[in-house]
Amino acid sequence: MNMLIYGLVTGFLFGFFLQKGRVLRYDKQLGALRLRDMTIVKFMLSSVMVGMVGVYVLHDLGMAKLSIKPAILGPVILGGLVFGLGWGLLGYCPGTSMGALGEGRWDALWGILGMIVGAGLFAEAYPFLQKTVYTWGNLGKVTVPQVLGVSHWIVIPVFIAAGLGLFAWLEKKGL
Amino acid sequence: MRDKDDGWSPYVAGALSGLVGVLSVWLSGHYFGASTSFVRTAGMIERLLGPDHVARLEYFAKIAPRIDWQWMFVVGIFFGALVSALTSRSFKLQGVPDMWAERFGPRSTGKRAVIAFGGGVVAMFGARLADGCPSGHGLSGSLQLAVSGFIALVCFFLGGILSARWIYSGGNK
Repeated sequence: MNMLIYGLVTGFLFGFFLQKGRVLRYDKQLGALRLRDMTIVKFMLSSVMVGMVGVYVLHDLGMAKLSIKPAILGPVILGGLVFGLGWGLLGYCPGTSMGALGEGRWDALWGILGMIVGAGLFAEAYPFLQKTVYTWGNLGKVTVPQVLGVSHWIVIPVFIAAGLGLFAWLEKKGL
Repeated sequence: MRDKDDGWSPYVAGALSGLVGVLSVWLSGHYFGASTSFVRTAGMIERLLGPDHVARLEYFAKIAPRIDWQWMFVVGIFFGALVSALTSRSFKLQGVPDMWAERFGPRSTGKRAVIAFGGGVVAMFGARLADGCPSGHGLSGSLQLAVSGFIALVCFFLGGILSARWIYSGGNK
């Protein structure tokens, strides 16, 4: 029960900030995919940079566990591309569709219904996919510092510097 | 910090959302994610129609049709956005987005419904195949420096750029 309340409160705060950042809107999501308005990229990357430092500090203090998804090239690449194709049509992703609905953008409802159907179809296809796509190129639960063989405290500052450089470039270009 | 439509800078709002993510990992051990909840919802609905069928499907054994932390997280996103929108006068009932209306006309509600529904089916199938969406892979995966997160994120954008190009080729109506 406690976990459910944590979930609701965490989601509420996330939804609040998503709305404040104006990233829930179709126009913003398509703006990024049409390379015209990088608001969602700024939001995501800022969130990731803060999260990266915070989570790795907690991890090094033994106060949090990492939860790494396996890098299986077949499903991650194919699934990622298929997700992207659908995302460009819908203009919302699973999380932002609920937020968009909260903002009154009720076309998100069609997407939410479609996504529930898509999840049901995936459950039907899963046994077949498990024998095929899921066997292609499993690299395991790896992180970038592991692949490079360096400390995460080398990768994180480089990532943040690159992110800030990208922000400066986006602002200069007026994106 | 405020732009002309009364929103916050995406850098500030994004950084604050990152902080919420860190607190969540610290206090509850949960990373952001959304697409698994759609599987649980599909399972709960299908169970009403055919419980035997759901019981036979391996995927619903792996991802049980029940309400959990993430399911409530996704519901919370709705309420957080609702409160933020209502208290900043940015709530707006709209069935056809502005950019869509420029391309397909303001009365293209039916067309928007069909494309949004179809896009939703495709997007969720892909997200489940990839084992995550822009929340699970894009935010939670890349902030942990997971190789899977970065690969997925690049593929999300490649696919999205492609279909956005397709939808918006041929000029405005």
